[in-house]
Amino acid sequence: MKTETKKAGWGHRSLMLILMIYLLLPLLATFIYAFAKEWQATILPESWTLEWFKEMFLDVRFLEALWTSLYLCIISVVLSLVVMLPAVFIITVYLPKLETFMKGIVVLPYAVPGVVAAVGLIRAYSSGPINITGTAYILIGAYFIIILPYMYQGIRNSLLTVSAVELLNSAEMLGASRYKAFVTVILPNIWPGVVTSTLLSFSVLFGEFVLTNMLVGGHIQTIQVYLYQRVNESGHLASAIAISYFVFILVLSMILMKLGKKVNKGIS
Amino acid sequence: MKRRKRWFLLGLVPFVMMIVAFQLAPILSMLTGSISQGDGSGFTFGYYSRILQSDYYLKAIKNSLLISIFSSVIGIVVGLICAYSITRFSPKMRDRLLMLSNMTSNFAGVPLAFAYIILLGSNGVFTLLFKQWGWSVFADFNLYSWTGLVLVYVYFQVPLALLLLYPSFYGIREQWKEAASLLGASKWQFWRTIGIPVLTPAVFGTMGILFANGMGAYATAYALVGGNYNLLAVRIGSLVSGDVVNEPQLGNALAVILALSTLLAVYLNHKMTQRSHMFQSNGMSPKASGWRKFYKLKASAVKEEL
Repeated sequence: MKTETKKAGWGHRSLMLILMIYLLLPLLATFIYAFAKEWQATILPESWTLEWFKEMFLDVRFLEALWTSLYLCIISVVLSLVVMLPAVFIITVYLPKLETFMKGIVVLPYAVPGVVAAVGLIRAYSSGPINITGTAYILIGAYFIIILPYMYQGIRNSLLTVSAVELLNSAEMLGASRYKAFVTVILPNIWPGVVTSTLLSFSVLFGEFVLTNMLVGGHIQTIQVYLYQRVNESGHLASAIAISYFVFILVLSMILMKLGKKVNKGIS
Repeated sequence: MKRRKRWFLLGLVPFVMMIVAFQLAPILSMLTGSISQGDGSGFTFGYYSRILQSDYYLKAIKNSLLISIFSSVIGIVVGLICAYSITRFSPKMRDRLLMLSNMTSNFAGVPLAFAYIILLGSNGVFTLLFKQWGWSVFADFNLYSWTGLVLVYVYFQVPLALLLLYPSFYGIREQWKEAASLLGASKWQFWRTIGIPVLTPAVFGTMGILFANGMGAYATAYALVGGNYNLLAVRIGSLVSGDVVNEPQLGNALAVILALSTLLAVYLNHKMTQRSHMFQSNGMSPKASGWRKFYKLKASAVKEEL
């Protein structure tokens, strides 16, 4: 098997080459555009510049949008951790009967598109007793639901891989209370897996546009909303922003990959 | 015993509250909104019948269906060919190729639309180059039209298809092929009687995900054509957050229709995954299943960004 798969024929090679060019071309274009002074009707731009990046970092609105994105994402992810950790723990360990029901709940945000979720949220919260449309509260709530599948899956998988039930039983047999066992035995053990899903959730939220734009677009500017507004004004600046955003996400997913490998190694 | 029960409830309360407030209540509100009259609380199917009688909205539904089916079929075909091709490389190359396509799947929504505008927009680099070189074949290509949208949709469907289909190709073990050929089967016979039946559920399941993905995609289309192209998701967006006419109830009804279509597609995926588990219950090496899990998680992440 190894000798057969080691050398791919030139057919497969050129196919992969075409695929990679196709997939990387838009990225490359944005990248070049961010460094180009003028780029028209030539394959590569005639002159290069760092002006756009300089402009980006001097742009107060950009920095504000970045800050807004960061703190909204961090608040939502932390809230999700605080709420989900005990809940998933209780369901997985003590109420496994609820798991089928949970699967349904967890698949919903995944099956209901952002536009639809936004429609429902706007109708539910734009009038009546709780009027929070356009505020950060509704957005954080929506973000909580968006990352629900990743957090649930991530926490549940880690609990199952460390055999939480057995661990808990042993801890209790040795005289630890339920709460103490959770904090001192279970939490440290599932931490690597939880960190992975936390980072993944963070990167998902950082790239969120639909709900943010529809729910709070006029009031709160995240990096994606800002990017959208900038696209029509200054193309070069917009590509500088897009590239910085992309590099950030890339670094985050690299860390994710490394962590994922470590976690896998640790278990096997 | 009683005390332990109370403890349970406390841990679950915030979770249940969040789910009810931000997931169930909005869905319920949307459902009731689509069948209640604008001012009072009267009950009506008026919005649905208006949609079904309006050429404009029917056209939006049709456009969305067509672009989703079209882009997911192309995505599946390209994904199948490329996933097979990837299995032919050495493990190291395989990882690199998958990582690259995984990386590009982060590139979606507004940034993606923008990249295509740079490349092929009305003042795009390629548009101008082709004009200069006199390649008239591309002269009437318009990024802001149906073909342009399909092109961009295919771009975000391909990596997703690849990531979802690759594990099933990987699941077709080399030993099966060897066993089949030892028993005298030709290559074609192997694929016809074993390979394709094993792959079929994965293909249809992935189809469901890609279709739902296309139906729900809003950011890309919105950034590319604004409100100018008649797509269901774009219509809903402009009806609710009102650029021109603000008619939220109609938006509710359209949103229910959209949600039904994506729920159906995801249900198809669910059924198909159950079926494909039949083949792959114990076939995976630990490393492969680790990758697979990561990509599954990742693939669902991609969906949300669109």
